[in-house]
Amino acid sequence: MEKTYYNPADLKKFGDIADFEPELAKKFFDYYNDVFKEGALTAREKALIALAVSHTVQCPYCIDAYTAGTMEMGVTEKQMMEAVHVAAAIRGGASLVHGVQMMNKVKKLSM
Amino acid sequence: MPKSLQAQHHNLADKATQLKILSNGIFADGQLPTFKEKIEPLNEYPLKPTSIEIFQVNVGYMCNQVCKHCHVDAGPDRKEIMTRETMQQCLDILRKTKIHTLDLTGGAPEMNPDFRWFVEEANKTGVEEIIVRSNLTIILANPKYHDLPEFFKKNKVRVVSSLPFYQADKTDRQRGEGVFDKSIEALKMLNAVGYGKAGSGLNLDLVYNPSGAFLPGDQAGLEREFKKELKEHFDIDFNSLFTITNIPISRFLEFLIRTENYEDYMDSLVSAFNPAAVKGVMCRNTISVDYDGHMYDCDFNQMLGLKVDKKAGQHISEFDLEKLENRNIIINQHCYGCTAGAGSSCQGTVA
Repeated sequence: MEKTYYNPADLKKFGDIADFEPELAKKFFDYYNDVFKEGALTAREKALIALAVSHTVQCPYCIDAYTAGTMEMGVTEKQMMEAVHVAAAIRGGASLVHGVQMMNKVKKLSM
Repeated sequence: MPKSLQAQHHNLADKATQLKILSNGIFADGQLPTFKEKIEPLNEYPLKPTSIEIFQVNVGYMCNQVCKHCHVDAGPDRKEIMTRETMQQCLDILRKTKIHTLDLTGGAPEMNPDFRWFVEEANKTGVEEIIVRSNLTIILANPKYHDLPEFFKKNKVRVVSSLPFYQADKTDRQRGEGVFDKSIEALKMLNAVGYGKAGSGLNLDLVYNPSGAFLPGDQAGLEREFKKELKEHFDIDFNSLFTITNIPISRFLEFLIRTENYEDYMDSLVSAFNPAAVKGVMCRNTISVDYDGHMYDCDFNQMLGLKVDKKAGQHISEFDLEKLENRNIIINQHCYGCTAGAGSSCQGTVA
């Protein structure tokens, strides 16, 4: 086993997952490429969503790829950070909204 | 204002040192294929010209700016300048050939004292198009340049201007404090005389290059963004946006090495290699001339001191169209910059 779980060089090997299961990998990459094509959303908007989601799923490969990707598209640092805050707000909000469950339980148990 | 690498006596001001870096390391140890190895299987080696349609003349390395990515290492401390005699030799070539475009670059080409004379005389040669690569701020740098927009208009010059971003922060980080505001002012002056306006016939194109160690994105998408932002915030019009990849030489190479981005950047260029872009690289229809009259396959080879194939004659005094159109183009690893993604040339993407 490697001494660290993440190696930046592994990002380039993403395509290698096809070595162990080519058919499913092909399906995945075809789907992936189609998802990021210009559609009802622009490629730029999709890349920003991807950047935000990368932070939510805490994927260092994705953060690496979509930081470079959004920079290439001319997205500003401010826009990138706002996207990260959107991810953080949803993540934080998701925790906090469960506080209602906690409060419901407290109220139910309390005299 | 920062100094050029040359004025700093930086080791990367030396062309041989740059070439050694580009040829050794990751390319010599086989981690990455050399450009030659990459184009050989495509039957594109030796790389050959298609024809000579563009005469790109660098009239001097002097500039009023010291941009961080400058592949020329231009700046106020650079004194190399083309003489009127050399310009006359260029004009003679334009008269006797069917070269359709004269592309003037620098430094800030307008700082050459014979720049206006050269443009006026070039117009008399019957050349179809004269391009000036303006950094924009030169128009405001000194009262003697304030009438440049009118001069360009009078001589039907196509203006191609650098503007790395539509906001101040990125532009100023790359090109110097206050450059963005001055560029906007200069663009307004160009618009005021008709440049970039529909139906005027006066072309104003902008050049985008990434403000760091990453590749340019889709040209059409960035053009849409630039047009929207510049119109909305500054009421500025322009014709086209050209996206240009930063080539790993000179000051950009220094940045890559200093920030430990060199290997990753070269890797991205090699990974993004596009065989279709090889067909359209600018060295196939362009000759680049330096201030001293020496000829190169492109402006980047000029900065690396890689003159055209000796057999073709290396100085404009020996200009021979047939020999030049049959020469082998000199390549090195920096050529990956022109063949990555959608490709890169002085006119933007090529594939």
